[in-house]
This record gives sequence, C-alpha cells and structure tokens, in this order.
Amino acid sequence: MGEGFFSRGFRGRSRRQDTLLPPGQYLVDGFPVLSAGPTPRTSLEEWDFSVVGEIDEPKRWTWEEFQTLPSEEITTDIHCVTKWSKLGTRWEGVSVDTLLEGVETTAGYVTAFCDGDYTTNLPLEEVTGGKAWVAYAYDGAPLEPEHGGPARLLVPHLYFWKSAKWVRGLQLTSYDIPGFWESLGYHNYGDPWREQRYWGD
Amino acid sequence: MVAVRPRRLAWRLAEVVKVVPETPRTKSLVLEVTSWEGHKAGQHVDVRLTAEDGYQAQRSYSIASAPEDERLVLTVDRLEDGEVSPYLTDVLMKGDKLELRGPIGGYFAWEEGDGGPLFLVAGGSGVVPLMAMIRHRTAVGSDVPTRLLYSSRSYEEIIYRKEQEKLAARDGSVEVIHTLTRSRPEGWSGYHRRIDAEMLAELAWSPDENPLAFVCGPTPLVEAVGAALVDLGHDPAQVKTERFGATGG
Repeated sequence: MGEGFFSRGFRGRSRRQDTLLPPGQYLVDGFPVLSAGPTPRTSLEEWDFSVVGEIDEPKRWTWEEFQTLPSEEITTDIHCVTKWSKLGTRWEGVSVDTLLEGVETTAGYVTAFCDGDYTTNLPLEEVTGGKAWVAYAYDGAPLEPEHGGPARLLVPHLYFWKSAKWVRGLQLTSYDIPGFWESLGYHNYGDPWREQRYWGD
Repeated sequence: MVAVRPRRLAWRLAEVVKVVPETPRTKSLVLEVTSWEGHKAGQHVDVRLTAEDGYQAQRSYSIASAPEDERLVLTVDRLEDGEVSPYLTDVLMKGDKLELRGPIGGYFAWEEGDGGPLFLVAGGSGVVPLMAMIRHRTAVGSDVPTRLLYSSRSYEEIIYRKEQEKLAARDGSVEVIHTLTRSRPEGWSGYHRRIDAEMLAELAWSPDENPLAFVCGPTPLVEAVGAALVDLGHDPAQVKTERFGATGG
C-alpha cells in the first residue's frame, strides 16, 4: 500500500538527522517512559537476580553481590517501538556474558522475568557475545525506578521493550515462549533495522 | 514443521470524511477505512505521512471511536514543535487521504466482558482511549459503573466535554469528575489541582470492589496515579497505564 502515495502538503523535518535511525523512527532528546502498569517498588534488601531454567545449578545474587560483579560502561543508541530513538545513551551494568559464565546449557532461548510480572523472550544468542547487559546506572546515576531501576535488561540492538525494566532474572528455556508484549501483537524478535514492530512484520 | 506466520498489519489508505475541532489544540479526524476489521476500545493505530520526496514520518494515535461506530475516529493533540500532529490538525482536510495501520496494542483495552467497576483517569489528550471505552460501554448498553477522573489545564481544553455531560446526565452509572490545573472559569466548584492521593481516595472505588483502572496521560500524572492507587491498596495488576508526553509527536 502506498506506492506513489504522498501526503498533500507534508514536508517533514530536516532529513539530515535521520540517517542514523532505523526506518520509521524519530529522534528525541528526552527519555520517554512507557510501561503497562504502576512502577513496582522493590527495596534493594529484597532485590535479587537469578539465572534459572535449563541449567544444572541456578545462580543467584543479592544486590550487594551483584555490585561486586565486574561492570561495563556502555554507550549506545536505543530504539523504542513507539518510534522514538535516542542516540548515545550511557549506561553501566553487568554483561549477560558475565552472569552466564561457567553455565552449560542446551537452552536456545531466554525469558527475562521482572517485578510487575513482565516478561520478554529472546534467543540466547541475542543476549550473549557482548550484546546485552543488566544495567543499574544511567548517565552516571543510579537508574530511576520509572526507567526500570534498580536494574533493567539492556539489549540495545533490538526494540527497547526487549530491554525489560525491573528485571529480576533470566530463565533459560529450550523453546521460545512469547513474553508480555510478544503475546499482545508485538513482534517476537523485534529488530528495529528490519522494522519488526508487530506480528507478521 | 511449518510455523504459523501471523498476517502483517498492512498500511492502508483512509479517507478523511470530516475534521472536527474539539478544543483549541485538538481535532478529531473522522476516517473512512475500507474493510476495517474492527478494534478494541483503548487500542491505537500507526499513522504514516509521506512527503513528495519520499521522506516518511510515523506516529501512534489512540482510537477515539467505539468499535461499534461506523467510522474510525482519531483525536489528535497539536504539539507545538511536533512534526506530525500539526500536519494532522492544521493541514489535513476533508477528502484527503491518510495512511495508517492497526489496530495495535491489546493490553490497554477494555471490552464489556472485562467488567468493572471501571475507574478511568486521564490527563489532557490521555482521555482519548478512555473515551473509546466509554463510547463502547454506551454502544453495547453496558451498565458497568464507570467513573472518569479527568485533569485538564483549563475548561476550554476539556476534550469531549459536552458528550460527557450529556452521557452523565442520562446514565446514572457514569460519573465524570473534572479537575482544572491552570485556570478555571468563575464560579467553578470542582477540583482545581493536580490529581493527588487524596482525590483518588475520594473517587477510586474501594480496593474491595476490585475496580479495573485505566490511567492515561503524561508520565508524571501516570506515575503519581499508579503509585497512589497501589498505596491505597489496589492490585497493581488491575491498574493499566498508557503514557504520552515529550516524545515530539
């Protein structure tokens, strides 16, 4: 649809800035917030992070233990399926590679689970090899609750709903289980460069 | 094994049948969409504009009409520095075509079968998807007790005010409560402050009645209302939120 169609009288903004953006995205300076329900409040005393599922020995860290893991600084562009993109965002967190160190698994998928019962699913190979982190700082400060603090998953090469807020752990699975938005019409994989926003894209 | 591949939400051309000014900043676009498969109240569509040189811009807009309505209606708030919304409110006119695809979003949605009581909280143009729910409720003759708490900057900026007044006047199970945050007409006896915990304690049903809450507006409002409802004892799973804000639309 739309071959040869144009919107009468529409010119749009300057084109220059959009060359770095995936199709259909536009730049924002702010940091919009999106979530399906109230922001959960989990105290750092209660917080833990675990790796469970298809592994011999589940792993678990308290907040204090998590802080002692080697962290990385990440500067990356992020792309939300609601069409805003933000360039050069600065994060600090623990690489998922670090969390999975020494884990032997036959699992091919992972489900990130979160406070507020949110889940999102990813192929295991999309969160390993330096592609994903559990981030607890943004722009040099502890991550705000409305942006997913204490900690959120950061998988910047996929649409940002895959970077689950308030993440509490990873479940390794041998098959792919669609998560929250993935069950509600959003694309199972979510590559912004292929504009995989919704089912069937 | 062959995986079932869901059908893609295709772009389609809608025709603008009418443009209805709602407030100084908002207009409703009444659209004729051939073979629209229907939607749930609360869902949105993606709109795509294409310039003559091929440049495109996309944004999401909530559907204002009930699934039962003959035409699809989007209500658009004009953002001063927006790229798409000023086109939709200032340039687009009857007879123009508009590219869209949808419906999108199955969580922030209400159908009669979901029951209630229904507690709707809106800030500004956040009322649009909630109005779709109210219109759906009316269209199917539902008597689910419904309360809309609606925060606007001023009386003139209340969207759908007359329709809400008429509905509340003839349907005892619908209540509309306004609060005005910046200016208010002389003699205004309603609330005139931002929505706060005290207001919610007065107006949200008791958590014992397990109301279904839908909250839509700018992020600070949604954050404050969501937190206050949870503090009042409401089950977070019964509080659904949707936001819009400084996203440049």
